[in-house]
Amino acid sequence: MSGVRVLVGTRKGAFVLTADGTRRDWQVAGPHFGGWEMYHVAGSPADPDRLYASQSSGWFGQLIQRSNDGGKTWEPVDNDFSYEGEAGEHLWYDGTPRPFEFKRIWHLEPSPDDPDLVYAGAEDAAIFRSSDGGRSWQELPALRTHGSAPRWQPGAGGMCLHTIILDPANRERMYVAISAAGAFRTDDGGKTWQPINRGLRSGQLPDEDAEVGHCVHRLAMHPSRPQTLFMQKHWDVMRTDDAGGQWREVSGDLPTDFGFPIAVHAHEPETVYVVPIKSDSEHYPPEGRLRVYRSRTGGTDWEPLTTGLPQADCYVNVLRDAMAVDTLDPCGVYFGTTGGQVYGSADGGDTWAPIVRDLPAVLSVEVQVLP
Amino acid sequence: MIRVVLPAHLKTLAKVGSEVRLEVGGPVTQRGVLDALEARYPMLCGTIRDRHTGQRRPFVRFYACEEDLSNESPDAPLPDRVVDGEEPFLVIGAMAGG
Repeated sequence: MSGVRVLVGTRKGAFVLTADGTRRDWQVAGPHFGGWEMYHVAGSPADPDRLYASQSSGWFGQLIQRSNDGGKTWEPVDNDFSYEGEAGEHLWYDGTPRPFEFKRIWHLEPSPDDPDLVYAGAEDAAIFRSSDGGRSWQELPALRTHGSAPRWQPGAGGMCLHTIILDPANRERMYVAISAAGAFRTDDGGKTWQPINRGLRSGQLPDEDAEVGHCVHRLAMHPSRPQTLFMQKHWDVMRTDDAGGQWREVSGDLPTDFGFPIAVHAHEPETVYVVPIKSDSEHYPPEGRLRVYRSRTGGTDWEPLTTGLPQADCYVNVLRDAMAVDTLDPCGVYFGTTGGQVYGSADGGDTWAPIVRDLPAVLSVEVQVLP
Repeated sequence: MIRVVLPAHLKTLAKVGSEVRLEVGGPVTQRGVLDALEARYPMLCGTIRDRHTGQRRPFVRFYACEEDLSNESPDAPLPDRVVDGEEPFLVIGAMAGG
């Protein structure tokens, strides 16, 4: 029977959760890199035993760890994330120019077909690429030097490039998202980029048609529909069906359209999951009830999923990289909270159970299906 | 032989015990010691000082012989007792939040 491996990054280490295909009984391994902030742990779709982990701390900076045995052992690889050429400037919170300065890696995106090829999203916003399994990193500088970059401003969490989506049908096409610059697309492997923010409406921007300045929290795509993207923006849940040419709002009947993660069901491209959060200053679920909302219609019509989730006195948050789906049938859905719980559903979200309850604050959740 | 004591997280990273002993070619300065340390344990590159500018990371401090040497020039000679191996050069993670 196949199994699943859930990779959890937390504020104080990484954890690996494993179960067989029933996804009922879980083993918890970790912490790996105890005491370090693990912004993201990701596995290679081409080789499930190849894992990459972003390890950082305010004291000792950024490291990248690599495992070739599914997380049993790790080795540090290269951590030289140098911007190409002039660093350039972006806007600081107060509107003054500020040089780009590398701070950390938020997200790692391994290639679907080459275990040694992996992309890394940085704060301050930039994208890096390694084609040798993390032994060296090169920036794709055209993004950071885009003409709009001097107008990019950080979100409250920093000016992070937090989402990287590789188009499975077109290896030259990639999508990225930056808080609070917006979403961008390349059609030539990163040589050129274009902002894809038309149709987004952000109350803090005086120009309704602003090319950049949108606080995109997360993008998600189903691999069978690479032209369709779903977005959880600061406020608003959005979708595009033309690769970002135009977005439309699909928040519909959500109790609040603020939130961080968004995910698409592995087998149903119109089934989408979000976790509504009360507001941008109240980072917890409305009424203290932790609810995942599912739309089976590609947005607009949403249903709360509550069975097995705390429905009273729950004031945790779910961060942008902390939700994932597996490819088993029925599809498994997983998310982690800032309270240290990791919840899983083995039936597409109908019912939930905690896999583990008392980890450090969860920053990221990924899942792999093992042969 | 120069003795270097690393903070716990960097000991784990470099897979070393309580103390590292290094041969330092040339003058025994902060720069010389850190160059030798990083040459032997390349995984430490960037964790103590900036990889390119050589600037000490803000929350890392250097002590030796009961003195805070953090703001000394990286090219200033280290105390004789460090040079003679009688005292270790201490790399400290600053107490700052957690």
